[in-house]
Amino acid sequence: MKSLTHRAKRVSNKRMTFLEKLYLPAILGGMWITIRHFFKKKVTIKYPEQVREFSPVFRGLHVLKRDDTGAERCTACGLCAVACPAEAITMDAAERVHGEESMYREEKYASRYDINMLRCIFCGLCEEACPKQAIFLTDRIVPASARRDDFVWGKDRLVEPLTHRIDISKRHFYYKQQGKP
Amino acid sequence: MPKITIDSIEVEVVQGTTIMDAARQIDPHTAPPAMCYHSGLNGSGGKCRTCLVKVVQTSETNPRPMPKLVPACRTLVEDGMKVENNSSPEVISARKGIVELLLINHPLDCPVCDQAGECDLQNLTFQHGAETTRYTEDRRRYPTKSLGNLIQLHMNRCILCFRCVYAADQLTDGRDHGVLNRGDASEIGTYIEKSIDNDFSGNLIDVCPVGALTDKTFRFKSRVWFTKPVYAHRQCETCCGKGVLWLKGHEVLRITGRRNAVGEVTEFICNTCRFESKSLHHWEVEGPAPIDQRSVISQNHYTS
Repeated sequence: MKSLTHRAKRVSNKRMTFLEKLYLPAILGGMWITIRHFFKKKVTIKYPEQVREFSPVFRGLHVLKRDDTGAERCTACGLCAVACPAEAITMDAAERVHGEESMYREEKYASRYDINMLRCIFCGLCEEACPKQAIFLTDRIVPASARRDDFVWGKDRLVEPLTHRIDISKRHFYYKQQGKP
Repeated sequence: MPKITIDSIEVEVVQGTTIMDAARQIDPHTAPPAMCYHSGLNGSGGKCRTCLVKVVQTSETNPRPMPKLVPACRTLVEDGMKVENNSSPEVISARKGIVELLLINHPLDCPVCDQAGECDLQNLTFQHGAETTRYTEDRRRYPTKSLGNLIQLHMNRCILCFRCVYAADQLTDGRDHGVLNRGDASEIGTYIEKSIDNDFSGNLIDVCPVGALTDKTFRFKSRVWFTKPVYAHRQCETCCGKGVLWLKGHEVLRITGRRNAVGEVTEFICNTCRFESKSLHHWEVEGPAPIDQRSVISQNHYTS
């Protein structure tokens, strides 16, 4: 039978020679390969401590931005949810009451805003559809988990904290440099 | 019977028909757009100028010099009249200008507005408007006023089409609201704040072409395109009982009147049907309501 590749080797049941029966040359040959790798450059990194540089167009974990005064930008208009091809976004709207003007930018706000990260394909159409510049995909990775509920991200984890704002300018700056919309 | 040619299509209509109605007889989708004209309300029309068409030639007896742009909803047809509607670049550019004028004081808060997705002004702007605004001045703003528990008034969004005034006059027994003040300061309101409660007051929501009058019981409940419209009817002593239920699952979020091919509600329903029968067991469901393929409502993933 003709083999599919050139690498195929014919095996035989021939008796081993004395040198082969000793096994030592083969073990030393194997050790030589192993030891040689101690002195080579490592291909892996220690991930959580060390992070590789991402492509400037990397799209990862979403963020719900606040405006300069700290009010939430999202008004729960539903355009991200209707644009989402994976149907990952769901939301409920509520009316802002008197006294909440500093918390929410518009008359209406999202009382619940969920993204199912297992459904999300990180295409960025939500970001494109958003008329209020509220949702952005950042260069962060969705953390792993063993529980499925952990991947439904609510407002508690999506809205950026007031104390440390999340930078979303990297990809947009790159697009601008490249003259892309 | 006078013969009229609209965009080189000839149609014979009865005496006293307007150009708008003649064009709608040819095809409701190519007829001139209308914001203030409503075929179910007498006297409406002639205010917004969205329906401008170009009359190239009138009848021989008419001494008015033509060609000229005229409002289609207020001009009666004459025998031998030649009208250009969508085929005239002059009409298209005039409409673009009208949209810009209508949007001057419009807050453009579509992401917040409950009417978005089924708004006549939104559709008109998408079809005829410019991409960006040239207006940099401050927009007209009004303090929020209440019209009761059923109707939410957003005066900032109003384009002063007067449809709700005619509807209140012709459908309800006694109009409580009207257009107060004049010119730029005109506003819809009840003089000395009071609530509009009337058996047919809910129809003011349906006739409003923008989001100025919206359903308070549906306020911010859901976006229009996340609900599924179905036709349904019920036995009602006060009205025709024919409505559209806007469903999310089995929950009835909102009930409106049925819209015809040009998007007008002509079969008005009473407040009992609209606000107090929000449950499937009050209604006999007929089937899904027709949705325009270009409408965002047809983009809904969740209802099929």
